[in-house]
Amino acid sequence: MNLFFQKARAIEADIDKFLDNILTVAMIFEQGIKDYYNGKFDQFEDRGTEVRRLERESDELRRRIKYTLYKELLIPDARGDVLGLIENLDNVIDRAHHVMLQFSIEKPIIREIFKEDFFELAETASKCTQELVAASRAFFRDINHVANYLTKVHHWEHEADIIEERIKRKAFADDTPIDKFSLRVHIRYFAERISQLADDAESVAERLEVYTIKRSI
Amino acid sequence: MMSSVLIFLTSGLFLGWSLGSNDAANVWGTAVGTRMVKFKTAALVCSIFVIAGAVISGSGASHTIGKLGSISALAGAFTVALAAALSVYWMTKAALPVSTSQAIVGAIIGWNLFSGTAVDVPALVKIVGTWVFSPILTAVFAVILYHLVANGFRRIKIHLLRFDSYTRLLLIAAGAFGSYSLGANNIANVMGVFIESTGDVFTDISFGSFAVLTGVQQLFLLGGISIAVGVFTYSKKVMFTVGSDIYKLSPLAAFIVVVSSSIVLFLFASQSLKDLLVAYNLPSFPLVPVSSSQSIVGGVIGVGLARGGRNLNLKVLGRISFGWVATPVIAAVVSFVTLFIVQNVFAQTVF
Repeated sequence: MNLFFQKARAIEADIDKFLDNILTVAMIFEQGIKDYYNGKFDQFEDRGTEVRRLERESDELRRRIKYTLYKELLIPDARGDVLGLIENLDNVIDRAHHVMLQFSIEKPIIREIFKEDFFELAETASKCTQELVAASRAFFRDINHVANYLTKVHHWEHEADIIEERIKRKAFADDTPIDKFSLRVHIRYFAERISQLADDAESVAERLEVYTIKRSI
Repeated sequence: MMSSVLIFLTSGLFLGWSLGSNDAANVWGTAVGTRMVKFKTAALVCSIFVIAGAVISGSGASHTIGKLGSISALAGAFTVALAAALSVYWMTKAALPVSTSQAIVGAIIGWNLFSGTAVDVPALVKIVGTWVFSPILTAVFAVILYHLVANGFRRIKIHLLRFDSYTRLLLIAAGAFGSYSLGANNIANVMGVFIESTGDVFTDISFGSFAVLTGVQQLFLLGGISIAVGVFTYSKKVMFTVGSDIYKLSPLAAFIVVVSSSIVLFLFASQSLKDLLVAYNLPSFPLVPVSSSQSIVGGVIGVGLARGGRNLNLKVLGRISFGWVATPVIAAVVSFVTLFIVQNVFAQTVF
């Protein structure tokens, strides 16, 4: 009997670790953006390295989960949905890594008047991702609470859109003290990239809504 | 003597084989078709429990079949079982809904008409009433069980993967119960007509003071083995068809359907359960072989109703009702004609 549940336990542990990684990445992402705008570049790079490590580890976990689910013929009716969820969640980690990499390469100029806006945007995108992780955990363990978390994901994604729009309007406003048009575009670009993390989380949430309906008896 | 008996039993064994190849899929179809349970596991568990059900609890429903027509001539019993098997074969080929239980009853009525024996009308009414009642009762059990399971499902907080493991165990347990009920209820179709004519051939075998295998139980053991052979040789394809093409149930819904159907088959088969219900002044059920296919369809409809009645295919109900009338009539005609041929061409005593 114990052997019967052993494979299930191993894959449960992998899924839990995978979700832990996304949660950690979301929090590191928020701190990393704050470090960057606070001028703590070394700390920012360290956080970028940590996100890169977690991204690689998650790729490995994703492959292992996929392989085991098929090899051991586990959850035949929900296998496709679980793999779809894991792969799309992996895209969220990739996005966080990609945005931090863009910061590291392009080094956008820090302007005091945008600092608080970017802090708020990073925090909101991170919250959105954290709620997605909670929804995903509920999908595996407590299906009745998935909807609550998904509502929060939608809320934070909407908030991120509002902050993104605010930054863009501010960047292109006549009284904003930025001479070059290219610099204004650069600010818009990074606002869009950070907000994209929340967009990605929301698109996974929409899939999760369907998977949840399908899991009813 | 024994070899000629075995030759005459072949029609019943053939009926058992076809029952194993078709009806085992009703119990295991979704579990195997969705790959929750391996075919080898299903076939092994099914065979053991079908044989156990037939030997331990098979006599109740057979007694009712015996009341409808006590066929004392072995050639007559052979012909009746052959007529039922041929009817099932032809109707399956013509894609008409067919049940072994209804075919054997029709074939016995054909024998009654041929031999000029009066049909036991109260027994016939009891049997036909049970056919109509059994899918309805399964649907009722399925609705109750659905609400119980859905309620429990909302409360438990275990990981999807572990839940999957539990579901597999539940499906195996339900399959074992379903196989036992199938053996107990449907062995009457396979061997019921031979009880009277082989009474002198199979004598009791005692295993010291431990247990006694009666002649009837030996007959049922043979029938059970033929069902098991049907399961191993031909049911795999049918299981995959049932599991992936026809019902499309989730594994948990399949568990509900199989358990509901098994309870009904068991209620209509177990003498000891009947005695227990009577002892507690509860309503008991006549011991009659019922169609496991129709019972399963009743269960699927029950789950559909519990979900709010969406996607219910009313044509299925029409097909079942058609089967209640068409199968016995066709089997009776085939039986009458076959008995005529066996009596007049092969010069055998059929009654």
